[in-house]
Amino acid sequence: MTRKPQVNVGVVIVSHSSKVAEGAADMVRQMVGEAVPLAFTGGNADGGLGTDVAAILAAIDRAWTPAGVVILVDLGGAETNSEMAVEMLDEARRGRVSVCNAPIVEGAVIAATEASGGSPLEMVKRMAEELSPQ
Amino acid sequence: MDEAVRKRLIEAMARTVIAHADELTELDRQIGDGDHGLNMKRGFEAVLEALPATAAKPLPEALKGVGTTLVMKVGGASGPLYGTFFLALGKTIPDAPTATTLAGAFAAAVEAVKARGKSQAGQKTMLDVLVPVAAVLSAGGADLGPRVRAEALAAAEATIPMKAMRGRASFLGERSIGHPDPGARSSALMIVAVCDAIGA
Repeated sequence: MTRKPQVNVGVVIVSHSSKVAEGAADMVRQMVGEAVPLAFTGGNADGGLGTDVAAILAAIDRAWTPAGVVILVDLGGAETNSEMAVEMLDEARRGRVSVCNAPIVEGAVIAATEASGGSPLEMVKRMAEELSPQ
Repeated sequence: MDEAVRKRLIEAMARTVIAHADELTELDRQIGDGDHGLNMKRGFEAVLEALPATAAKPLPEALKGVGTTLVMKVGGASGPLYGTFFLALGKTIPDAPTATTLAGAFAAAVEAVKARGKSQAGQKTMLDVLVPVAAVLSAGGADLGPRVRAEALAAAEATIPMKAMRGRASFLGERSIGHPDPGARSSALMIVAVCDAIGA
């Protein structure tokens, strides 16, 4: 029996703070291991608190897999900037990247756990979003 | 539209935003996270830096260039919101706009901002200036410039009693009442700058 090589959905963490983003990524790594491509970004172009579309695009690129990428964000601007970044991707990738409506730390851990089992993009997103109040 | 006019319009917006950076930051400190002025200043300094190349292009491309620069440089929520505004405006406007085609392009840009921010007028945002200004432009008529100018300033003031429902100011709930919205103020400043630059 031949088995398709497993390609897991990647996870990107976007916070206003590079420390929050890095800390959330540390937790994902410790709890889920190396099975999931993971990238994080935090802070604006000047190194202050904020988010940066160019840095988000670079993080999507680092976490990219053909299975797609989910993005976990913290506050308002991180979401808006992430959605902007997704729209700026080339057409082939745009439909495979999804911003999750979920708390950043818990969402990243759940998404990565789900992704590590080989779940498709839609399922990874849905599991993370179950954490949000409906 | 000739290059000198494009340059004058874009430069007027940029210089106004940069000159009011401290005021915008102070407004944002009251109800947001206090970065609006600084973020907008960074974005519009980049716009000024790129201005010689930007202004050399036809108006649609010039506006898209401004939008892309704002998206990449402003950070915060205002980067993609203002960036989307200028990108959408550039997509719809002809190189030599009339009052009618300007109104149509402005309305399309306002719709794009609504979609990007998942927001509507009445939620204490930049849309509370952009939506009424779009209405004045669409109605047309005499003395359009002065009426647009007055509407922009009055609409920004009218956000003072509103309760924020979008962005970080929304976390303050009732406490956001009593302060003007920084995004509404920056929108008004830019609209006034353009009106002044065309001598309206």
